[in-house]
Amino acid sequence: MPLRCRNLHFTFPHGRAGAVSALEDVTLTLADEEFVCIVGPSGCGKTTLLKLMAGLLQPTVGSIDFEGGPRNGRPRNALAFQEHALFPWMSVLDNVAFGLRMQGVRKQPSHERARAFIEQVGLARFARSYPHELSMGMRQRASIARAFVADPEMLLMDEPFGSLDALTKLILQEELLRIWSQHRKLVVYVTHDIGEAVLLGDRVLVMSGRPGRIREEFRIPLARPRNLLDREQPEIVGIRGQIWKILEEEVRSGLRDAR
Amino acid sequence: MSRADGAPLRWLGIVPLLLAAAALGGWELAAREGMVSKLFFPAPSVIARTIVGMLDGGRLARDVAGTVGRLLAGFACGGAAGLALGMWMGWSPAVRRILDPFVAAAHPVPKISTLPLIMLIFGIGVFSKTLVVAVAAFFPMLINTMAGVRQIHPVYFEVAENYGASAGQVFARVVWPGSLPLILAGTRLALNRALSLTIAVELLMGKNGLGSMLWYAWETLRVEELYATIVVIALLGIGFRVGLQQLARRWTPWQVERTG
Repeated sequence: MPLRCRNLHFTFPHGRAGAVSALEDVTLTLADEEFVCIVGPSGCGKTTLLKLMAGLLQPTVGSIDFEGGPRNGRPRNALAFQEHALFPWMSVLDNVAFGLRMQGVRKQPSHERARAFIEQVGLARFARSYPHELSMGMRQRASIARAFVADPEMLLMDEPFGSLDALTKLILQEELLRIWSQHRKLVVYVTHDIGEAVLLGDRVLVMSGRPGRIREEFRIPLARPRNLLDREQPEIVGIRGQIWKILEEEVRSGLRDAR
Repeated sequence: MSRADGAPLRWLGIVPLLLAAAALGGWELAAREGMVSKLFFPAPSVIARTIVGMLDGGRLARDVAGTVGRLLAGFACGGAAGLALGMWMGWSPAVRRILDPFVAAAHPVPKISTLPLIMLIFGIGVFSKTLVVAVAAFFPMLINTMAGVRQIHPVYFEVAENYGASAGQVFARVVWPGSLPLILAGTRLALNRALSLTIAVELLMGKNGLGSMLWYAWETLRVEELYATIVVIALLGIGFRVGLQQLARRWTPWQVERTG
């Protein structure tokens, strides 16, 4: 059941400098159970692309189809944000169970399923805690649990680990891969961390600066399960170098344009 | 949030109690020794005895009940209207654009100044008295509720929408809890305003209630009763505040307590 994005364009009509084109002619096919990473300079429309896939925004031009899906149109998806992901007024348990509750699952069974995932991300002791009582890393674990527990067909992640310290990030990357290997589904993972992208993704799509287009696509020839050291293999180091060259060029030209 | 546990500051909590005790003690002494006029500044012990005396025969209880009844009636009407309209204005930018100028124009008008007009139109009855109190409670409730809805980060609405929440679910799971801390703050302001206006209305036209007690004490020059009534009114205000703090602790447990 691949997801096809055809010729997506998206324009913000009310930017400060008039209409701003955020995405131009993005065409993608994403396979079932694939882990796709999208890297690009900041402001390139990565988040916009995710919100289009999530159905929170409608494309100005183009279409998104989920072929063979239960409904004609958007797949059941869960979006994980970088920050503010959890509702501050709900306990971890209520946050994780939120997606299930919205699907109409009753409180008791939804809490049971939520607890199973909370345990998987190592937060069993904190099920009754509120987000402000948790560290940033624990909050992101809870929001990963929330995204997986609703059993979406597609998981959209917007720099979920962007605000974490390097060590916590490494640990959560491995945990994400572990949970994903147990609950395989299509993941679209936006990041600006090249090392993260090649470690996690089956494919890495590199976007240009605004308006965002897909400039290049790399397959990551690493077997799974992967571990942290894999990204130091010569072949992978080569790919990282190529991605970095593209991004460097994009960032520099972006700086020139802004002058 | 200022310090990890606030322990070094905890003992400071008794300082205000000591200061108050010292001030009352000084006053008591000054009044007894005749250093200040007993007529204008009766000793605290005299005021306390006056309060106990007013309790006798249920007179104070009747007046407190009258004041609290009027206050709560006005607060319930005005607060509910402010809550509903504040939600609507916070939710809908269009409604906000249309109604905001009227709120901005009406809010600064001292509500007591409308009392003569309201009496003229609606007569000298319970309705007029309740209406003035309701109007006073309405604005802080409206403004706080609107601010409460507007300060909810947009990402929470996106998360709710992304998980397929209906409009009713968005209200119950996002709008209501998200704005509740500011609604409770608005409730506190609204109750304070309602208390002020109730006393003012009673001063002007009360047959019973704490405000009319004040007026009666003034007319008969019973200074110790003036003090006693003010103390009772202050206790009422403090009671509302403590009650609301308890409610806030129970209803908004995610709010980080700010000490200091």
